[in-house]
Amino acid sequence: MTINPTRLHELEDMARRVRRHILTTVHAAGGGHVGGPLSATDMLVALYFHILNIDPTNPQWEDRDRFILSKGHSCIALYAVMAERGYFPVSELITFDGIDSRLQGHPDMARLPGLDMSTGSLGQGLSPGVGMALGARLRNKPFTTYVMLGDGECQEGQVWEAAFVAARYRLGNLVAILDLNRLQQYGWQEPGGMRPPLDDPRRQWEAFGWQVSVVDGHDITSFVEALSTARQESDRPAIVIAHTVKGKGISFMEGDYSWHARVPTDVELARALAELELREVQP
Amino acid sequence: MTAVKALREAWGEILVEMAQTNPHILVLDGDLASSTRADIFADAFPDRFLQMGIAEQNMAGVAAGLATLGFVPFISTFAAFAANRDLDQVRVVIAQPRLHVIITGGYSGMLTGKTGKTHQDVSDMSVFRAMPYMTVVAPADAVELRQALQVMVSQPGPYYLRLTRDPAPIIFDEGYRFGLGRGVVLRKGTDVAILSTGVQTVRCLDACDELESQGISPYLLHLPTVKPLDVEAIVRAASETDAVVTAEDHTIIGGLGGAVAEALGEHRPTRMRRVGVKDVFGESAPNEPILAKYGLSARHVARAARELIGRES
Ligand SMILES: Cc1ncc(C[n+]2csc(CCOP(=O)(O)OP(=O)(O)O)c2C)c(N)n1
Repeated sequence: MTINPTRLHELEDMARRVRRHILTTVHAAGGGHVGGPLSATDMLVALYFHILNIDPTNPQWEDRDRFILSKGHSCIALYAVMAERGYFPVSELITFDGIDSRLQGHPDMARLPGLDMSTGSLGQGLSPGVGMALGARLRNKPFTTYVMLGDGECQEGQVWEAAFVAARYRLGNLVAILDLNRLQQYGWQEPGGMRPPLDDPRRQWEAFGWQVSVVDGHDITSFVEALSTARQESDRPAIVIAHTVKGKGISFMEGDYSWHARVPTDVELARALAELELREVQP
Repeated sequence: MTAVKALREAWGEILVEMAQTNPHILVLDGDLASSTRADIFADAFPDRFLQMGIAEQNMAGVAAGLATLGFVPFISTFAAFAANRDLDQVRVVIAQPRLHVIITGGYSGMLTGKTGKTHQDVSDMSVFRAMPYMTVVAPADAVELRQALQVMVSQPGPYYLRLTRDPAPIIFDEGYRFGLGRGVVLRKGTDVAILSTGVQTVRCLDACDELESQGISPYLLHLPTVKPLDVEAIVRAASETDAVVTAEDHTIIGGLGGAVAEALGEHRPTRMRRVGVKDVFGESAPNEPILAKYGLSARHVARAARELIGRES
């Protein structure tokens, strides 16, 4: 699953488009999250455009890979990626957070085909992932289940209940991704964010019997490589710990917890979009 | 001699039978199989019995994930944990997406085998009745349970199944037909109506015998699902008698008593008494003293009926 330079350029381009959608959609909706979606964007693009075995025209395809965005508040990034991938028209993004929209403030699988699980109450996504991985084994299905977790979210005990059971059942078909941006909503806002033991997720997940790799979550090439290695082991669940920056891509949002769920003003939006364009001309 | 069977044991046996022809049935256990009798299923289908350990929140989520693949997972633990410990998980990943998961609360109500208030749950029906999309089923005996299980397994959606621990008499014959939202009239008297759910209906039959021996003619309506509620049958019972007593091994707030009061308040205001747990937690003790102290016995139901119609001397 290596990526050639042309492909990499395309994916990076896509990530910039997605970041634009995130900012313009949240701005238009007058609500939503920004920091967490920007932190997850590169990984979501890599997953939906390069890794997941999926068919947007047949979102209920039984053998598709499953993806659960456990940090459901970052769903605007997922919606933007899904729209670009062809699950629904990009023009539908404007309905985000509106009445009757399929694009709810947190992912609602009962509304939007292609969402494999409803999330939003943090700490819950890994458990259905365990269920899907167990079910795949019972049904002899070859698909992989991926779950993206936030680092703040891992303060929830349920994550560790699921981590324990996944290892106990040797779920080699389960891959978690930790979006380790070290910030949460309010939490511990000092530079560098959290303190041990959360600063050392590698030891935590290893202690729970998981196969662990650590990458830069904004480096699509190494992220993709880490995921393909993660899938190779057949009797241990794997986690890719991805170092990320909350608000990634917009200089004045990066590393600032206050952009967790702040709506950019018109001026801020213009500045942000200009930054994204600048990056486009000098890759 | 009437036949007697504990609902938990019947549940384990019936699931084994059903699983023989239905490959989708799975049982998830929160380390209580030897109590809830999920062990009966574990022995018969070791590969379809998933031990989730003492981690009920995760168990609810795992069940949701399995349901998305077309399995019909039963979550099995005590009612006290099923209706409390994993509630947010049930709300978000089971009820909201309307996944086909059957949450099985064993050891419901006050009679939990001397384990006391931590293990007794008297608000499970209120809690799950208030949760959108949730269906709440409380069978009276093993015959009704068998039919209820067939319905629950064949009609997708989230369910809460309320079971009890101790042996209970079989009151229905094999000709009985269970339906979601369908009450069953067991006595057709005219003086006072008793409405009950779950195994409490057995005690209400005894209460009816007592009333009849005193020259009072009781109407008895068994309501196996507090949601959906058989409002029509409730209104009919009220119209026949002009006096309604509800009875449940559960708090009188928000469960059967609450549901009936709401229905009659809107459709046919009728004088009422609610027999059940009066906003208190329980304690560990043998069954008879518990029923006596917390006002749940057949004699309490009969007395409430007499009081309501002015026949208590
Ligand atoms: C159970 C629960 N508690 C609180 C919240 C509110 N909340 C939404 S996002 C968030 C912070 C999440 O932090 P993290 O998991 O690190 O995500 P990221 O920083 O990537 O946005 C909080 C507390 C929630 N959604 N669910």
